Amino acid sequence: MSAKRKVIFALPLLITVVIFGYFFWALTKPGRDPKILPSVLIDKPAPEFDLKALDGLNVPGFARSDLISNGKISVVNIFASWCIPCLAEHPDMMKLGQRDDINLYGINYRDKPEDGLAWLNKNGNPYHRVGRDPKTRAGIDWGVYGVPETFIVDATGTIRYKHVGPLNTGDLEGTILPIIDSLQTQ
Amino acid sequence: MIAELGQFALIMALLAAISQSILPLIGAERLDSRLMAFGSHASLVQLLFVILAFGCLTQAYIVSDFTLLNVAENSHSTKPLLYKISGVWGNHEGSMLLWVLILALFGAAVAAFGRNLPVTLKARVLAIQAMIGVGFLTFLIFTSNPFTRLLVPPENGQDLNPLLQDPGLAFHPPMLYVGYVGFSVAFSFAIAALIEGKVDAAWARWVRPWTLTAWIFLTGGIALGSWWAYYELGWGGWWFWDPVENVSFMPWLMGTALLHSAVVVEKRNSLKVWTILLAILTFSLSLIGTFIVRSGLLTSVHAFAVNPERGIFILILLAIAIGGSLTLFALKAPALKSGGMFSPISREGGLLLNNLLLSTACATVFLGTLYPLFMEALGGGRVSIGPPFYNKTFIPVMVPLFFLVCIGAYLPWKRADLVGVLKRLKYAGLAALLALLIAWYISDGGPLLAILGLGMATWMLLGTLSEWADRIKLFRAPLAKSWQRAKNLPGSSWGMTLAHGGLAIAIIGMISTTAWKVEDVAVLKPGETLSVAGTDYRFDGVKEITGPNYSAVEGTFNVSQDGVYMATLKPEKRLYTVKRMPTTEAAIYSTFVGDYYAVIGDPDGKGGWTVRIYREPLVTWIWFGCTLMVFGGLVSLADRRLRVGAPADKRKKKKVREAEA
Amino acid sequence: MRGFILSTTILFTLIASIGIASISLVQAVEPDEVLDNPILEARAREISKEVRCLVCQNEPIDSSNAELAKELRIVVRERLVAGDSDDDVKDYLSSRYGDFVLFRPPFKASTFLLWFGPLLVLAIGIIGIIFFFRGNRTQKIAAPLSAEEQNKLQQLLQDGQEPPQKLNSDNKGEAS
Repeated sequence: MSAKRKVIFALPLLITVVIFGYFFWALTKPGRDPKILPSVLIDKPAPEFDLKALDGLNVPGFARSDLISNGKISVVNIFASWCIPCLAEHPDMMKLGQRDDINLYGINYRDKPEDGLAWLNKNGNPYHRVGRDPKTRAGIDWGVYGVPETFIVDATGTIRYKHVGPLNTGDLEGTILPIIDSLQTQ
Repeated sequence: MIAELGQFALIMALLAAISQSILPLIGAERLDSRLMAFGSHASLVQLLFVILAFGCLTQAYIVSDFTLLNVAENSHSTKPLLYKISGVWGNHEGSMLLWVLILALFGAAVAAFGRNLPVTLKARVLAIQAMIGVGFLTFLIFTSNPFTRLLVPPENGQDLNPLLQDPGLAFHPPMLYVGYVGFSVAFSFAIAALIEGKVDAAWARWVRPWTLTAWIFLTGGIALGSWWAYYELGWGGWWFWDPVENVSFMPWLMGTALLHSAVVVEKRNSLKVWTILLAILTFSLSLIGTFIVRSGLLTSVHAFAVNPERGIFILILLAIAIGGSLTLFALKAPALKSGGMFSPISREGGLLLNNLLLSTACATVFLGTLYPLFMEALGGGRVSIGPPFYNKTFIPVMVPLFFLVCIGAYLPWKRADLVGVLKRLKYAGLAALLALLIAWYISDGGPLLAILGLGMATWMLLGTLSEWADRIKLFRAPLAKSWQRAKNLPGSSWGMTLAHGGLAIAIIGMISTTAWKVEDVAVLKPGETLSVAGTDYRFDGVKEITGPNYSAVEGTFNVSQDGVYMATLKPEKRLYTVKRMPTTEAAIYSTFVGDYYAVIGDPDGKGGWTVRIYREPLVTWIWFGCTLMVFGGLVSLADRRLRVGAPADKRKKKKVREAEA
Repeated sequence: MRGFILSTTILFTLIASIGIASISLVQAVEPDEVLDNPILEARAREISKEVRCLVCQNEPIDSSNAELAKELRIVVRERLVAGDSDDDVKDYLSSRYGDFVLFRPPFKASTFLLWFGPLLVLAIGIIGIIFFFRGNRTQKIAAPLSAEEQNKLQQLLQDGQEPPQKLNSDNKGEAS
C-alpha cells in the first residue's frame, strides 16, 4: 500500500522524465530541422506531369515518361532565377550534369520563361532537360515548397530521396552520389 | 566601458545569487539567524547588480553603441527612441536579461515584503529563488551574453524586425515575463514547504498574493499579446493556438487552478499536496515555455532566433529545476498531513472540479503543442495541430467549467445544498435563456454552437452578478444598506465577481467575433465605395508618406453608415528601409459593438488598389473582459495585502464593521 | 578555418534569404481568386483556413502572403469547381505534402493518444477525485462503527491539533 502510494507521488516525476527524454532527442538528433518537411512521396511513383521546354534553350522539356524511358537514375532539381540559394548549389549541379550515366532534369519553378532562360545562359545549363512550370502546378504535385529542392528518382520512376534547400559539396558527395550509386547497383 | 560595467555587474549578480542560494539554506538547517538574514541582503545586492547590467544595455541601445554585437544586430540609429528602449528585450539576449531582472526583482520583493514570514521559511524561499537565478544568470553569461563586443563595429545597425517596431513590444513581453517569473515565488514557497515538511493555512496565505500578482500580469500580458496579434497582420488574429501562444496559456491555466486551490488550503487546510504540485507545475510550465520559444524545437510565428547549444543548456537547467523539485515532491509529499474533510457538493468540491477541468484543459493544450514532436520521435511523420483540434478538445472541457462557475460561487464550505443554489440562480437561468433566444432571432438562426455559447456566457455573467447581488442583498434590503454591504464586501469577493464577470464578457467577445465576422476584399479605384455589413467604405485614394525609418503608402477610407460619417481610416503599407522588409499596418475604428478594420493591399496597375475590410463584432469585449479580470485581481490583491500585512489589525476592523452593521 | 566560417556565413545568409524572398507584397485572398459561386467560395475559405502555409512559420494559406499560399488557394478552388468534396481537396493536398499541411490532425492509430488524451486525463482526474472522496467517506462512516474510533475521533476533534494519522492510513487501506 505504502509503496503504491509512493508511486503515485512519483508519477509527475516519471512523466516529466519521459517528456524531457523527447526534448533531449529532438535537440540532439543530428540534422533535425523543424523547418524542413520530409516528403511523403518517398518510395512512391513520381507524379504525372508534362512540362514544356524553355523557348530558346537547346534542351527539350520533359514529362513523367522521360523518367523511365532510358533506364537511368534521374535527378530532378527545382530551380528558379529569383532563388538566390539556387546560385549557391549551381556549381555542384554543373558537376552533376557532366555525368552521362544519370539524367539531370531541371524544373524551372514559378519563373518567367525569359528569366529562366537568361539565368541558365548566364550561369550555364547543367540540365539534360528543362521543363518550365510557371504556375507551379507540377511543383505542387511533387510536393515542392521551398526552392531549391532536389529529388532522386530511380529507373522505374519511383521517388527515392528528396533534399530541401541548396546542396553543398558535402551533401552531394556524402548523400546524393552514394544514393545514386546504390540505386545503380540494384 | 559601459558594456564592461554591465558584464561585471552580471558576474557580481551571479556571485550574489550563488551565495544566496547556499548560505541561507545552511542557516535554516542550523537555525543560524545571521546566515538566514544573509538571504535578504544578498537578494537586494543581486537585484542592484542586475538593474545595473540592464541599465548598461539600455544605455548602449539609446546611444546606438554598435560596438556591441547585440545592439548592432537589433538596432539602428534612425529607430525611434521608444523602439530603441523596447528593442532591448526584442531579442534573445536582452529578453533573457529582462527575465533575470524580473526574477531578481521578485526575490528582493519577497525579502522586503516578507518581514513577518517565519525566518526559516523565508531563508529557504530566498535560497530557492536564488538557485533559479544562478541557473539563468549562468545561461545568460555563458551562452547569451548581451555585452559581447565587436572588433570591427559596423557603421550602423541591422535594425529591429519591423514587425516588432510596435508599442506592443514595449508592454507585452515585460508583462508576460512578470507573469511567468512571478510564479517562481509560488514555486520557491512550495519547495521550501516540502523541505520543511509543513503546509498550512498560513503558508497558503503567504503564497496567494504572489500567485495572484503573477496571474494578474500573465493575464494582462496574454491579453495584450492577443490584441497585438489582432491588429498586426499575418499573426493569425487574436488567437491562433500557435505554440508560442500556447506556452503562455499553459501556465495561465495552471496558475488559475493554483489560485483556486490555494483558497482551499487557506480556508479549509485541505488539498495541500495537490496545491504544492500545482505550484511546481505552474512554474515548470513557465520554464518549459521559455525553453520552447528559445530552442527552436517547434516552429512558430513568434519564435526567437535559435541556437541548438542554448537549447541544450536550458534543457539541462530545466531538468535540474523541474526534475529536482518533482523528486523532492515524490520523497516528501507523502508525509504531508491531510487536512479538513468536505462533501463533494461544497465550495471545496466546486474548487476541486474547477481544478480538474483547468488541469485537463492545460493537459489538452500541452498535448496539442508537443504531440507533433512525440509523433516525430516515434517515426509517425509530421503533423500540424491547429485550431480545429482545440475547437474539438479544449472547448468541450471549458464549457462545463464556464457553466459551473457561478454555481460554485454560491456553494458554502464543507457541505452545500445544490437544489437551493440552483433555485437562487433561476432568474439568471431564465435571463440567459432569453438572451439565447434573442441571439437566435437576431442572427437568423445563425451558427447554433455560437448561439448556445452566447447563452452560456450570459448565464455565467448573470449568475456571477446575481451572486454579488445576493451578497449585498440588492433589492431585498434598502439601497443604502446594500451600498453599505457592498462597501464592506472583502476585496477578494469583489475580485472574484469582477474576474468571473470579465471572463464571461471576454467569452462573449470571442464567440461573437469568431461566428459573425464579416470580411470582403475588392479592387477599388479612388472615389469608389465598398459596402460591408451595412457600412460604406469610400476609398479616397493613397498618398506616399515617410516615417523615421520607413517609407509608406497610406490609403484613406471614409467610413459611413446610411450617409452618416463615422470615421476616417488610414491603413498603411510600409517598407522598412534597413531590412527592406514590407509590413502592412491595418487601420481600425473601434466601437463598443465592434471594430471596423481596413487594410490596403497592392495596386493593380490600372489605378485600383486591393482593399480588405473586416467587420469584427464585439471584438473589443475580449480585451475589456480581460481588463476586468486584471482589475478583479488587483482589487483582490489589495485586500490580501492588508490581511497579510496586519492580520490582527484587520480582525479588529472587521469586528468594528460587524458592530456597525 | 576562416574560409570555412566565411562560406558558412554566406550560406546561412542565402538560406535566410529564402524566407525573405517568399515574403512579397501579396496579401491573403486576392480579388482575382474569388470564385463567382458564393457557396463554393465559402467552402474554399473554410478549407484554406485549415491548410497550412508551408513556407510560412505557422499560418493558414487563407491569410498568408506567400506565393505558394496563393497557388494553393487557387488549386483548392479549382478542385472545388471540378466537383471535389472538401475531404477530397484535403486528401489531394495531404497526399502531396503530408498531414503536416492540414491544421486538423488526421484521426488514425498514431493520433489516438492525441485525440483521446484529454478524455484520458479527465478520466484519471475523476478516478483520483473519487478515491479522494471515498477516503474521506470511509473516515466518516468508519467513525460511528467502532466505539473506540469514535472516541479517538472525538478526542482529535476536541484538541484539533493531533492529526488523525494512524486512523487515516488504516482506513485508506480498507478503502483500496
